[in-house]
Amino acid sequence: MPGTIYKKVESILFGLLSAEDIKKMSSVKIITPELYDKEGYPVDGGLMDTRLGVIDPGLRCKTCGSKLKECMGHFGFIDLARPVVHVKYIRVILDVLRSVCRECNRILLDEQEIEKYRVILDKIEKEQGIDARRKRTSEIINSLKNIKKCPHCKAKQYTIKIEKPTSFYEHDKRLSPIEIRSRLEKVPDKDIELLGLNPRYARPEGMILTVLLIPPVTIRPSITLESGERSEDDLTHKLGDIVRINQRLFENINAGAPEIIVEDLWDLLQYHVTTYFDNAIAQVPPARHGTGQPLKTLTERIKDKEGRFRHNLAGKRVNFAARTVISPDPEIQFNEVGVPKVVAMELTIPEMVTEWNIERLKEFIKRGPDNYPGANYIIKPDGKKKKITDNIKDQLIEELQEGFIIERHLMDGDVAIFNRQPSLHRMSIMCHLIRVLPGKSFRLNPGVCTPYNADFDGDEMNLHIPQTQEARSEAKILMQVQTQIMTPKNGQNIIGCIEDSVTGNYLLTKEGIEFTREEATNILISIGIDDINFKKEKISGKEIFSVILPKDFNFIGRSKNCDKCEKCKHKNCPRDAYLCIEKGELLCGIIDNKSIGKENGVLLREIYRRYGEDFTLRFIEKVFKLGIQVLLRKGFTITLSDTDLKEEIKQEINVLFEEADKNVQKFIDSYYNNELEALPGKTLRETLELRILELLNKTRNKIGTLIVNSAKENIPTLVMARSGAEGSTLNLVQMSACVGQQALGGKRIERGYKNRPLSLFKKNDLGGKAHGFVSRGFKNGLKPYEFFFHAMTGRDSLMDTALRTPKSGYLYRRLANALQDLKVEYDNTIRDANKNIIQFKYGEDGIDVSKSSGGKIDVNKIVKEILGE
Amino acid sequence: MKSYKIEDHILVPKHIKLNEDEIKKVLDFYNISIKQLPRISPKDAVIKNLNVKQGDVIKIIRNSDTAGETVFYRVVGK
Repeated sequence: MPGTIYKKVESILFGLLSAEDIKKMSSVKIITPELYDKEGYPVDGGLMDTRLGVIDPGLRCKTCGSKLKECMGHFGFIDLARPVVHVKYIRVILDVLRSVCRECNRILLDEQEIEKYRVILDKIEKEQGIDARRKRTSEIINSLKNIKKCPHCKAKQYTIKIEKPTSFYEHDKRLSPIEIRSRLEKVPDKDIELLGLNPRYARPEGMILTVLLIPPVTIRPSITLESGERSEDDLTHKLGDIVRINQRLFENINAGAPEIIVEDLWDLLQYHVTTYFDNAIAQVPPARHGTGQPLKTLTERIKDKEGRFRHNLAGKRVNFAARTVISPDPEIQFNEVGVPKVVAMELTIPEMVTEWNIERLKEFIKRGPDNYPGANYIIKPDGKKKKITDNIKDQLIEELQEGFIIERHLMDGDVAIFNRQPSLHRMSIMCHLIRVLPGKSFRLNPGVCTPYNADFDGDEMNLHIPQTQEARSEAKILMQVQTQIMTPKNGQNIIGCIEDSVTGNYLLTKEGIEFTREEATNILISIGIDDINFKKEKISGKEIFSVILPKDFNFIGRSKNCDKCEKCKHKNCPRDAYLCIEKGELLCGIIDNKSIGKENGVLLREIYRRYGEDFTLRFIEKVFKLGIQVLLRKGFTITLSDTDLKEEIKQEINVLFEEADKNVQKFIDSYYNNELEALPGKTLRETLELRILELLNKTRNKIGTLIVNSAKENIPTLVMARSGAEGSTLNLVQMSACVGQQALGGKRIERGYKNRPLSLFKKNDLGGKAHGFVSRGFKNGLKPYEFFFHAMTGRDSLMDTALRTPKSGYLYRRLANALQDLKVEYDNTIRDANKNIIQFKYGEDGIDVSKSSGGKIDVNKIVKEILGE
Repeated sequence: MKSYKIEDHILVPKHIKLNEDEIKKVLDFYNISIKQLPRISPKDAVIKNLNVKQGDVIKIIRNSDTAGETVFYRVVGK
């Protein structure tokens, strides 16, 4: 703006207003609790006096002559009949009272000491800053508390106690605010400095109020209800109470009323002034409305979540947004979002009328707000906004000219921004294209659950509609789902195949799976591929997968079940773990979580690098659908008999348990016989615990391998574990054979009765089952004590997550707030909002992690590729 | 007790005091005033032997897994 002066705020000074200050800055003295006269105009000398500013349109402020919105308001004051204590300063008042003599009102230090401390404090402030001075000051105040005799007038000092909220007692005698004020007034300036106050800006008697500052009406506007009745702001109510009681107190004093009545009214005045400042003090009953809800006075306006800072300044609200429950739809694309029709008819996109679209837009107006796709509002070039209704529809169409703006309903392909809280990383807010669908929930492809960390157990998400062309293109270019496939966290793909699609592709590409030509064609058609031309009658799964690969794609990788043999057998790998793609043909290897999964999909990453983000997203969609279609045709479920064990395996497991028991006993015996050798840095007992734990874990692992090796190849639980879709072999073992050792805090279960966790065990039994080793599986059922141990660890981990989530959340919030305006500048430095340098190069190495391989740039690989190809 | 020179320790990066010309070069390169540099305490043990005063600029050369060596500048504060 021309003529605007820009200045940097260097410091802000806070001080106490003296009675004179308040009178000087006021334009009105408030004398009556009445607000309006019979005609409804503000009463002179009332709390809504027009000299305090105006809140009614049409009226002029009597102080500055400006109208509503131009006049920012003026202060007024009330002369209090008797002084009252300001609650927010009771602590300081107490400190000053305790530090000064009750007779001569000097600080309880002699002249030399005063001078000495003054020098010390100045020195500390100069050397260590204001915080150190404050600390030293409070030490001085503390040391004065117990001085019994004034060094100046030799008067005896009594202890002063505070009775919350606002009473002070000296030697069991109550000090009236008048008495306190007169003491504070007499303390000399140079003594005050030692008490941490700057007498130029904050004389202590300012903490005892004799006049009360009345805020302008502009900060406490009244609202007119539909019935024409006026409803006043909470602050006005409170101030009205104060004025009323103050008047009564004046009258009683002037009429010479008995002391008790005056005292009572005085206390009442103190109560009202106290609650005017803060209506949530522990010892004070909060002042309430007639309806019973507490008044929101000064402190409540500022403090807490609903206060000025967190609610109005830090929290912003927007228009053109929607929120509802989400549900999955695997048929829409990854970068689409299904929007219910009701939402699409409420949210709008402004479209400018031009000579090219005028006919099309007329159709929208014709359909109006109730027929989809229609339009809700029309904006004329002068900025006037009109709602489209059936009555004026025809007239509007006639008037329609170039330059008008039509707010039309959302349609397929419009740009939207989709978000799920907590928005912890940038993938929590992404841009999707709209698909208008029936129903009442937002639909999203289950593949994008990962970046949002969403599931469908009742999660809700937010949708925002960008309103300008700039915002739309920015969202589309920078925020669309395909731009977020690679995380900036570690350069891996956060979007990939999950759950069933991984299992499906695993089963599809496993050795020996064959389909007829018809089946193969059918599967591919169902995922939207129609240029297929199989010539053979029998089609292998690998050939089907090859169809969706780009024709010039070469890739070599490993499957999840790779043994990492010293010398790789390549294409002759007995486990089919050597993944090889040549010219878009999957020659060998199994496709699993390691190649197409989220976070570690090596194949996806290679595709991304070679063919770019749009192609990758479409590729993931195809692989995703392929996996699901395969499972759909094949059928995939689990059954109880999956967990059955053969008789001889049961025998073997029993042998293992017996062996383990024997070995545990051996350890215990050697411990008692002092034959156990302690591990470095551990006591004998700790060594024993570790040994037993190790042994029992080994036993469970042995059982695990036994079961996995003897199980049929196609047990669904194992298929899921092997493909990396969900779960591990441990889950099967826990169901069929042995749940294993229950651990609390990294140790076996120790707590409970004295020397034994439960009373059914012998004291000092160190054996496996007495300390939480569960040797049964879920299917066969746990013994009561085993169940109890299992419940113990279960509850422990539940509590742990319940307590950790808010803690780490707050930790993260503070970090995010501290770092929020750091940014990479064009010269690659990291700077804050004041352009101070934080880092000279991003991450000190200048690497964009999302474009690197694991935070590094693999130069060898790049060289090889360039030379090799 | 034996005394150690901490600047010889393997984990302590190299700290070098810059002269006036070098300081000007750094500030010009990043187009900043000296106040916009990160700070280092004058009491920091690692620059005890560099004989620094307020306003000196220290160049720090650190080893980095990803970048080999990386250079950082700090201005001596109060």
